[in-house]
Amino acid sequence: MQVTGTVLTTRRVDAYHALTVVAPGIAERYRPGHFVSVAVGGPYTSMVTRRALSIHDVKSDYGGTVELVFTVRGAGTAWLAERRARDTLDLVGPLGRPFPLPRDPVHCVLVGSEYGSAVLFPLADALLARGCRVDFVLGGAGAERVFGAMRARRMAETTTLTTEDGSLGLRGKVTDALPSVIADTRADAVYACAPMETLRAVTAVAMEFDIPVQVAVEESMACGIGVCMTCVLPVIGDDGATRMVRACAEGPVFRGERVRFEDVGTIPFDALGAPGGGARHVS
Amino acid sequence: MSVDMRTFLAHVELANPITTAAGCASSGRELAQFFDLHRLGALTTRSITMAPRAGRPTPRMAETPSGMLNAVGLQGPGIEAFLERELPWLAQRGIKTIVSIGGGTVAEYSELARRLADAPGVTALEVNLSCPNMEDRGRVFAREGSAAAEVIASVRSIMRYDVPVVAKLAPDVADIVSVARACVDAGADALSMINNPLGMAIDTEALRPSLAAVTGGLSGPAILPLAVRCVWQVHAALPGVPLIGVGGVMTGRDAFQLVLAGACAVGVGTALFHDPYACLRIERELEELLRARGFQRLADAVGLAHRPPGSAPRHLLVDTEESTP
Repeated sequence: MQVTGTVLTTRRVDAYHALTVVAPGIAERYRPGHFVSVAVGGPYTSMVTRRALSIHDVKSDYGGTVELVFTVRGAGTAWLAERRARDTLDLVGPLGRPFPLPRDPVHCVLVGSEYGSAVLFPLADALLARGCRVDFVLGGAGAERVFGAMRARRMAETTTLTTEDGSLGLRGKVTDALPSVIADTRADAVYACAPMETLRAVTAVAMEFDIPVQVAVEESMACGIGVCMTCVLPVIGDDGATRMVRACAEGPVFRGERVRFEDVGTIPFDALGAPGGGARHVS
Repeated sequence: MSVDMRTFLAHVELANPITTAAGCASSGRELAQFFDLHRLGALTTRSITMAPRAGRPTPRMAETPSGMLNAVGLQGPGIEAFLERELPWLAQRGIKTIVSIGGGTVAEYSELARRLADAPGVTALEVNLSCPNMEDRGRVFAREGSAAAEVIASVRSIMRYDVPVVAKLAPDVADIVSVARACVDAGADALSMINNPLGMAIDTEALRPSLAAVTGGLSGPAILPLAVRCVWQVHAALPGVPLIGVGGVMTGRDAFQLVLAGACAVGVGTALFHDPYACLRIERELEELLRARGFQRLADAVGLAHRPPGSAPRHLLVDTEESTP
């Protein structure tokens, strides 16, 4: 649904921006993993595509608020970063397929890199409400780029931090710390949100331990609602066939082992309808 | 006093002139989450191809000033799955559906028409002529009147007489009027224009083209003047041919420009990416603009900007005649 939300507060979280927006309809329907798309640039803007943003927090005050987290990457997100309290924002959401939650109170490791970590906090809330044990592994290039370390420490049984420059926690990547965290916590499942390369490595680790892994991908999108077909990636379906599926409509959450990470950005030769593939000569 | 927004695409009546542009409404279900599709004049499907198509690699999209480039490559499930799942879903709901088709050879277009000829729920057939012609070194059909006419003639001969065939034209031609005329002579009942002109953007960080496919179709408000010009030229040359004006329509005022240039229906594309409710909003705004200018019928405004300088708008003349006893 489309909502004209009013910005309630703005804040900086480490190297990132966070906007709390009053958006009752979206807050009500939200489940962890959902995202929203935001129109940027105001009514006479030259920017025609929406920006997909992850939801970091949902509260029921003021009829329902959502907190959106983003980093400035271009003119659109720079405009968003300039929003102040009482400005209005055009939001569409909640969009996408949320994280599936385990039925039983199992042990979950939540892995986040950079601001991808943002979506893991509402997920952690939901898991804790089901009696799951939650452990965090959060990372980034430097200390100021590790999102939500404080909050993770308050929520989780253990929180492991990694930075590539060694300025906070362990020096290295989240995937360097992940195997020992999985082993120590005797984890039953992994949830991750991070850039594609990190998700690929997280999935490899989880598969080594033979535990399920759910990943939320960050693909660039134009519409967020499934009509523009620009956010596709190769994913293996239940029937074993690879299809180019939309990160916004079929995702953004996928089972890690189903995503063909090494082929993202290409059309694998065996994908359904690939050029030169067997399916081409149906007629 | 409400404005009569009905319009005719050849002999097919549409409740209002707003349609989705081909490829911008996917299978229809995505938009149905937001509003009742019956409120559209018609829904135009993505271009359906014979075989399933995986499309182009990503990145497929790049935002440009007042527009965007796309190179999706007609990703779609192919005609079998379309007839099995997507078309029946629309037909069962009684949604007016313009089916867009795309092919690489005249034979492929003909085969698609054959499959669709007996399918229930096809309100009109739109032939996407901006597909590379495999038999002509991959140059698109829309580039040349004779290649376009060959496709249209074949499709027209196969489709049932009561299903209008619409030729979708590209603006990347020296003379759009000659291509339009060739299509009409070959039997096209209506014309839709414009398809995306080709554009390109370069990523100045990566120092390479922004799109994996290098070039892509430019859409959005940047191309509205191009669409208005094409509709104007073709309406001036072929005033009796129904035109669907498509290209960069974001507001009712944009749609009104195309109507005044000669379009009797208006396709909304990129605006849907920005605002899922764009079609309803644009229809409302267009009706409002017509009402404010004293129009009782949309049909009175079609092509009105072509009237000679100094003459009053037709609809106002009619008004005064009626008021005289």
